[in-house]
Amino acid sequence: MLEALPSQALFGGILIGISAALLLAFNGRIAGISGILYNLLFNPLSGAERGWRIAFLVGLVAGGYFMLPVEFELRQGYSQWLLIASGLAVGIGTRIGNGCTSGHGVCGIGLMAGRSVVATVTFMAAGIITVTILRQFIG
Amino acid sequence: MQRIIIALISSLIFGAGLVISEMVNPTKVQDFLDLFGNWDSSLAFVMGGAVAVTLVTSRFILKRKTPIFADRFYMAVKTSIDARLVLGASLFGLGWGLSGYCPGPGILNAMINPAEAVVFLPALIIGGWIGQRYAA
Repeated sequence: MLEALPSQALFGGILIGISAALLLAFNGRIAGISGILYNLLFNPLSGAERGWRIAFLVGLVAGGYFMLPVEFELRQGYSQWLLIASGLAVGIGTRIGNGCTSGHGVCGIGLMAGRSVVATVTFMAAGIITVTILRQFIG
Repeated sequence: MQRIIIALISSLIFGAGLVISEMVNPTKVQDFLDLFGNWDSSLAFVMGGAVAVTLVTSRFILKRKTPIFADRFYMAVKTSIDARLVLGASLFGLGWGLSGYCPGPGILNAMINPAEAVVFLPALIIGGWIGQRYAA
């Protein structure tokens, strides 16, 4: 398995930053994926409010599609229970904490929002602790 | 219509960035979070690159009174750092570590690794629904 060079990671990251900057500059919106997804699914929205969110999710998938196939080996046989627990925790957590890696980590820190800095430090720490326990003591 | 086109352009770039940077590879994400094990530092460059751009551009963007195609900037209303924020972020980090998926890469994996996405995405939506009931 080839590891992506940091330059690839850096280039991808810059693209994500540009994407967030465009959405803020033109539409005045935060490119936070969990917020966009959950507002679309669970909150009553007007047509225009729904429209750009649907467009964003469609574009997100399409943008990824154009870059396929991926170079890495697909993970197989990963625990279904871990995937379920993960989905539930990510869903509950991003809703309660009002954001995920994109909303808090990329947009919020860019705006120097205190809440986002605290959220990002917290979810990074929780992620590191989780993987450490998973790999060192369980897996 | 303008705003829909911008949302499309923005998200096309976002999706491309997630794949190019390999954020969509959950094993690599877990390797990145495995700070005390076999740490793969490369994904630090993803967030580093993204934040470098948003830190610089946000300052210029917010000098404008309004966005180019909208009547105002829709910023987060909340500014307080409270227990709910920390609890939510902790749960999110826990979930992120358990699979290596955060929401964007989780969604993109519907076409990259559908066998995992059919399990992860319904759980993500149910989790969001549960969280919504407790969110302000």
